[in-house]
Formats: sequence, structure tokens, C-alpha cells
Amino acid sequence: MLKRTSYDVVVVGAGVVGAACAYYAARAGLRVAVVDRGPVAGGTTGAGEGNLLVSDKEPGPELDLALLSTTLWRELAEEFGDRVEYEPKGGLVVASAPAGLDALNGFAAKQRTVGVEAVPVAADSLRELEPHLAEGLPGGVLYPQDAQVQPALAAAHLLRASGAERYLGEAVTALRRGPDGAIRGVVTERRELAAPAVVNAAGTWGGAVAELAGVRLPVLPRRGFVLVTEPLPRLVRRKVYAADYVADVASGSADLQSSAVVEGTPAGPVLIGASRERVGFDRTLRPEVLHRLAAQAVALFPVLRTVAVQRAYRGFRPYLPDHLPAIGHDARVPGLYHACGHEGAGIGLAPATGLLIARQLAGEAVEFELAPFRPERFDGTAEGSGSGAE
Amino acid sequence: MVNSTSEQVRYDLAVIGAGPAGLAAADAAAGLGLRVALVDAGAGLGGQYYRHPAPELGAARPDKLHHGWRTFAELRERLAAAPLVDHLAGHHVWAAERGEDWILHATRGPEAADRATVTARCLLLATGAYERQLPFPGWTLPGVVTAGGAQAMLKSGLVLPGRRIVVAGSGPLLLAAASSLAAAGARIPAIVEATAYLGYARGLPVLAGNPAKLAEGAEHAARLLRHGVRLRRRSAVVEAHGTDRITGVTVARLDARWKPVPGTERRIDCDALAVGHGLVPQIDLAVELGADTVTTADGTAALRVDAQQRTSVPGLWAAGETCGVGGADLALAEGVLAAHSVAGKPAPARELTVRRRRRAFAALMAAAHAPGPDWTGWVTDDTDVCRCEEVPARAVREAVTELGAADARTVKLLTRAGMGWCQGRMCGPAVACLSGGPVGRPDSRPLSCPVPLAQLAQRDGTTELSE
Amino acid sequence: MDPLELVGAEPGPARTILFDGRPVSALPGQTLAAALWADGVVAWRTTRVGGRPRGAFCGIGQCFDCLATVNGRPNQRLCLLTAEHGDAVTTQEGHGHGELDV
Repeated sequence: MLKRTSYDVVVVGAGVVGAACAYYAARAGLRVAVVDRGPVAGGTTGAGEGNLLVSDKEPGPELDLALLSTTLWRELAEEFGDRVEYEPKGGLVVASAPAGLDALNGFAAKQRTVGVEAVPVAADSLRELEPHLAEGLPGGVLYPQDAQVQPALAAAHLLRASGAERYLGEAVTALRRGPDGAIRGVVTERRELAAPAVVNAAGTWGGAVAELAGVRLPVLPRRGFVLVTEPLPRLVRRKVYAADYVADVASGSADLQSSAVVEGTPAGPVLIGASRERVGFDRTLRPEVLHRLAAQAVALFPVLRTVAVQRAYRGFRPYLPDHLPAIGHDARVPGLYHACGHEGAGIGLAPATGLLIARQLAGEAVEFELAPFRPERFDGTAEGSGSGAE
Repeated sequence: MVNSTSEQVRYDLAVIGAGPAGLAAADAAAGLGLRVALVDAGAGLGGQYYRHPAPELGAARPDKLHHGWRTFAELRERLAAAPLVDHLAGHHVWAAERGEDWILHATRGPEAADRATVTARCLLLATGAYERQLPFPGWTLPGVVTAGGAQAMLKSGLVLPGRRIVVAGSGPLLLAAASSLAAAGARIPAIVEATAYLGYARGLPVLAGNPAKLAEGAEHAARLLRHGVRLRRRSAVVEAHGTDRITGVTVARLDARWKPVPGTERRIDCDALAVGHGLVPQIDLAVELGADTVTTADGTAALRVDAQQRTSVPGLWAAGETCGVGGADLALAEGVLAAHSVAGKPAPARELTVRRRRRAFAALMAAAHAPGPDWTGWVTDDTDVCRCEEVPARAVREAVTELGAADARTVKLLTRAGMGWCQGRMCGPAVACLSGGPVGRPDSRPLSCPVPLAQLAQRDGTTELSE
Repeated sequence: MDPLELVGAEPGPARTILFDGRPVSALPGQTLAAALWADGVVAWRTTRVGGRPRGAFCGIGQCFDCLATVNGRPNQRLCLLTAEHGDAVTTQEGHGHGELDV
């Protein structure tokens, strides 16, 4: 028999974005339930590195969101402290050739105009910041606002602090809608949860949840591998990556892109991310991908040649065709909200996403331009057309 | 047999693991005309079961520590004379890549000094098993070793972890280990077995079909009796004592659900403890390839194979403990059957019979020694569950009750249990139980052993890209 | 009875290894872990978090508890390495990479 319970909002997805939505919605005074077919952080969140980056984003809507998140993460860190392993350690982007340095400095100059702290670092100062960095690099840019968090812990603690009712290990099988088409609640394998609002924070599976409401949201997976070394002392102080990474993130190509992002963790291992491939949900390990990441990491930090990789893991980033997430109310279905498609930036963008969604849910003023993130923006485009209509 | 690698060779069959299953498979496959690479992490042939003293130790009677030594000696001799088999010793395969051919990526030697690749048309996984551990307070003390580890160190190095060794846990390996340790001069104050061994009584017809297993058991029993060793059934070591080394254990009676019965605790002095709860199939490479698994009666994951030992992955066969723990005779038979399937030859009748009988015995054994649901009752909150990352049971329990973890993977993400050097091989079964989630699910280990970063940075054994 | 007697072992001349600077004898073919066990030593590293002593546990290279620094290289599994004359085994503290700390 289905049990029936009422909430102000049901969040579908217990990843970091869903947890942040639940956290801010609860703070706005709403009664919240979170449903996930798996455990907390069971999807992309659990496979993430915990990047809170402004450094890799060009001026535009995503950077605005990242800057808002940077402030929010600082506030959250005060509440959660060490439990989420928040480290405001900054990022260091290095150029591998003089031409690359010019491009990087130009990129940084544009970022500074919108509030990004970006400090040019001369060649001879690089190794003061990162003593194990390879010699002979032409220079880089330091981004003090970049930070890191342990993503699974972040999701779990946000979710716990929200006080939301958790329904984990229960897949959502249907969305209830009234005669006017408005959301009335969700049906899971085990119960029915009544609510006038549903937030789709299902990450890579966001498209499927949208489909339950009869609307199209073309979320696709972009695979990534991360290498994890044996436990080490702090030999990498910041997030360090080569300038090529920015081009990879923005690339529309289906082919493999990789440019190592190297960083230490409070627990000891060094993380080496992050490859990007569009191969659907194929989980097959490609030694070629691991090879590329390892070679790039060793090029940045030759000392890593002496250590062992203990494990590798993979995840699937949820992306939308224009590389921006879907955030906000869906004009096509009253009561349906989306908070998914953050690609590789979901950990970083989660608080801003959660806050903005909560404001909309509570009917408060949203002083942030959400138009670029409109969920229905793909209607009529090649990616968005098709089975959208009921 | 050639003891080297040739990266240019395209083998018909690569066999990973040179224990009973792999040896029998390589021998049979060579007999059927296949070009075989026998790939193993160890320096010599035999795997864990046929582990034996290094030749330099000059052991005149290695059979004293072995059942079926003659079978091994014959296989070794035949393989040495087989021109179609290359023994690639010291190759630890960290990934099997599927393409037109299989490409095995391996790191070489105990120090993982360099890397190699092996190319083959077909692949047989005969990687055996490792021991299942269930934590208890004090299990990280020096002098506490696995039952299989005590046996392995004795078989290969002719050494003992102490002079007064308690043997504890569950499963037939305990009797074998205690029997070897006693024969080698250790005092065994007690064998502490968690089950009542009554489980076997339900399978009398199965036992009747496996007289050799009965004879082996009787032989261990007789030897133990001769050494005055006492078997304490339905009991467990619930704590190991000591500060820098074990000095004794507390043993308690268990109820039918393996919950320690208060008031039954008894202290036994010892300077070593050999402990284990049966074996876990070593199937990382196949799991990574997406092979289907089954959950065995004692709650471990094993590969699902068909009558020809084929896994669900085309071109990938499995034999022996990888298909469910069942002992050496079963492994030998399955190795032979797999080789015939790879060669496209009909299965020999003798091995089919052995497999049928021994698989039935294996199922009986697994059911008899499956851990009871309440064993976690002896895990105090401050017991380190994960040895590598030193994660106490308290943290695991809090991840479940406070943070919404409901399976081993989420507990790992939230506590680091299972993220250390051994990648959860020692704590995995325990963490799965403590999480309240499903047990017997295969663990995911994309790399089946640590790989030096410098080797990953090389492309297929060639020189490094960078610089 | 001892293990050597049981199998009628007649090993060649022993090798000498150094454990934290102290000479320890190893029979030819024995692993470093076996040689230390034979010498009554069962711990040769301290853990990263709690500083607790550890030595060989699984004996077959699976558990990585028997890590130590061998001839200057940290994180070597003593249960897999054959003892060679002059090998210097040092008790390893934590991750064993203290020299890399910045």
C-alpha cells in the first residue's frame, strides 16, 4: 500500500545539488522531502573531485553563478567546518608555452572585469607557490577564490542540516499532476508524496525526470576518469592545472579531452583529473585515458613519477547542449523546477543553484538573471525538439 | 615452457593466475595446440594453494605442507616441457582491455619496477581468491595474521608468526592451517570455529559423492588430535589483547545468529592469532569488464559462468575460485574444461563429473560457513574496521544513521573505509554488513593493483610521452 | 619440530639484512617478512593516523599492511620481496614520504 505524506516541495536527487536545494528551501521555511533511487551522493557527486572553481570560467552567466557560489561556500564552511573538508586553497593555472601564457593572461584580464581575483605569477615565482612544480614553465595565474570540498561529505552534511525527510533507495516512478497540468506530487516505488512543487535535481538522469512531466530536457552524460595516488604529504598545495583545461571544458567535441588538474587532499592522496569523453554511459576503462592524465600530471609535477596510483574512478557529468545548467521554474509545467545539467561544475555551483531555486519556491524576489538557465530554452532546437509534447 | 615475455606474440589464450585452475588450463590448452601465456604476479608457479619453499631453501620434503603435491609436481613438469606455453612470472595485471584482441596491462615484479602488455585472442581468469576478514577489537595488533597468511608464510618461508598460535574464524581452511602450523612445531591452544559444523549434516548425499574431501578432513582431524588441539565450535575471538603485540584473546560462545553470549568469555594466552572467515573470489578484472556475477551461499560475489566456463563477456572464461570458492580439485577440473571450450573441443567426461560433485560440495560448504547476521555485535565502536585508513566502526555507523549511507560504496565515500592501499579487500565484506546494505555485490576496482604513476605515464611499455 | 625440519630443508648460507640498522639473518629464498618473523619481529611500520605498529597480515600481497622502507624506497611489501644480502629495511612512519612535504 502506498503511504501518502505532504510536503511543500519534493526534491528528486540526493546529490550535492539536490542537497543544496533542500538546505536552502528548508531555510526558507519550506517542508522538504528528498527522494533518490540510490543513496546520498550516489551519482555524479560521489565521482567528483569537489572543484569550486572560478578560474576555468569565462565572463558570462556560469561565472556569475560561480562567483555567487564562492561566497555561499564560504558561509557554509563556517557552519560545517572540517566535516566537509572545505579548503580555500586557491587555484594555480600554468601555461606550458609562452604563447599559452599570453592567452591565459588575456583570459584572466577579462575575468577580472567581472570580479574574479586573478593574480599573474611570473615564471620565477611559480615554484615559491608550488615547490614541486616542473621547472621551466613560462608563468601562470593564481586564483585565490578557487577552493575545494569533499563532495560526498558536502552533500551528506547539507542534506542532514536541511532536516529534510529522506527517501533514499526509492526510484521516482511518476509525477502527479492536477487537471490544470500543475504538479501535485511524486510517486515512488514505495509511496506517494504530495507536494505542489518538485525540483528535478537528478543530475545525469535529469532528462528522464523531465520526461515524467512530459517535457524535454536534453541532459547527456560526459564521462570522466580521475586517478588517485597513494597517501602523500602536502606536495601540491593548490589546485594546479595547465591552461589547456579551459579549452577542454568548453569544447563541444565528442573526442577525448584531457588536461590534468592536480591537487592534494586533506586525507593524503593526490587527485588527478579530469578527462572528458562523450561516450554515453559506457563504463569501459580506457588505459589510453589514464595514460594521458598520468603523463600530463607528471609533466606538471615530475615528483609524482615516484608515487603509485592506488585507484581510478569514473563518473558521468550531466551536460546540456549549451554547457549551462537548467535552473529554475519550468514554464511548461506549473510547479516543476529544474536544477540539473551542471556538467563538471555541480559541486561548485550547488549553493547558488539551491539558493535561487529556494527563492523561487518561496515566492521571493530573485536578484539574479536566470534567463540563460531557462529549462525550456531547448524547445524548438534540434536537441530539444521531438518528444516534448504530451 | 619459456620463462619470459615476448610483446610481439599474439597468444591464443592468456591465462591469468598460475594456481590449480590456471596450471590445469595452460596444460590442457597446450595439449590441444593452443599458444598460451600463463601470467602470474608471483615469481614461481603454483599460486597460493601450491605455494612452496623457494628452491634455495633446499626443502627435501615440500609435500609435508601440501595436499596434492604430486598433482602440482606433474603439472609443473609437463608445463616445463610444453613449448607452447610462456610463463610470464611477476606480471601483475592491472587492467584487461577488450578490443579485437585482449590487451593485458601489467606491472612487473614485487617492486612494480616496469610494465608490460600481453596480447591474446582469448582470456581465462584464474585469479583465485583472498581471505575474508571480519574485524574485532584488537585485530590490527601485530601478531594477528590471516589464517591463509600464516599458512602462506609457512609454506614459502618456513616461518611461524609465533610459538603459541590461536586459530580462529570459520571454514575448512582453519583446520588445514592449524594442522600445518602444529606439524611445523607451533602450539595451538585452540581452534575457534564460529559455526557448529552442523550445516554439513544436511548434505549427506553430497558428502558421499566427495569421499576425497572427507578423507582430507579426516586427515586434518587426526593430525590435530595427535597434537592435542581442541576445536571450540560455535565460538569466536571477540577481542585480541596486547599493546604492541598480541598477548592473548578473549573467546566467547556464539548463538545461532553469531551474537556473542554474555558470560561465556574466556581468555586464552597466545603470541599469535591466525584468523579468517573463508575466501572471497578475486574477480576485479572481470567485474571491470562488466561480467555478470552471482552471490554465493556465504555472501560473496563470484563470476557467473556457463557449462563451458564462459563468463557473460565474450572471449572471457573463468575457472576455479573466481566462479565460487570450491577448492583445488574443482579448480583443476574447471581449468581443463575452460581450455577445451577455448579450443572448441568437447568437454572431457571426467572433469564434468568432478565439477558437478565438487560444485555441490562447495555450495554445502559455503552455506555451512556463511557468517551469522549478528557477528557485528562484537565490533565495538572504536574497533578500526578499515585497517588502511584507520576508520573506526563508530564512523561507519554514523555514516549510516546520520548521513544517509545505506551501502558499502556510500560508507566509503563518507568515511574513507575501503579507500586505502588494499582498496577494501580486507574491510569490504565487513563494511557491507555494517552499512546494512546488500552483501555479495562485487566491488569496483578499475585498477586491480596499484600502478606506479610513471608507468601509467608510459604508453604500452614504450617510453614516456612527456619531456 | 620446526618448519625447516618438517620439510627437510637444507638451505644454503644465510644472508644478512639490516633492520633499522641491526643485522638480521635471512635464509636464501625467504622474503624480508619471513626473515623478520624468524627473528621474532612482527611489526615494521607505524600507521599514518594513529601511529600504531603493523607488520605482515595477509602474507600474500593483498593487504599492504607489511609496507616498509627498503633501501630507501617507501611502501614496499615485505611479504613479496625476497631478502637479498645487505637489504636495509627501515621502520616506515605513516605514508613514508616525509621528505616530499612542503
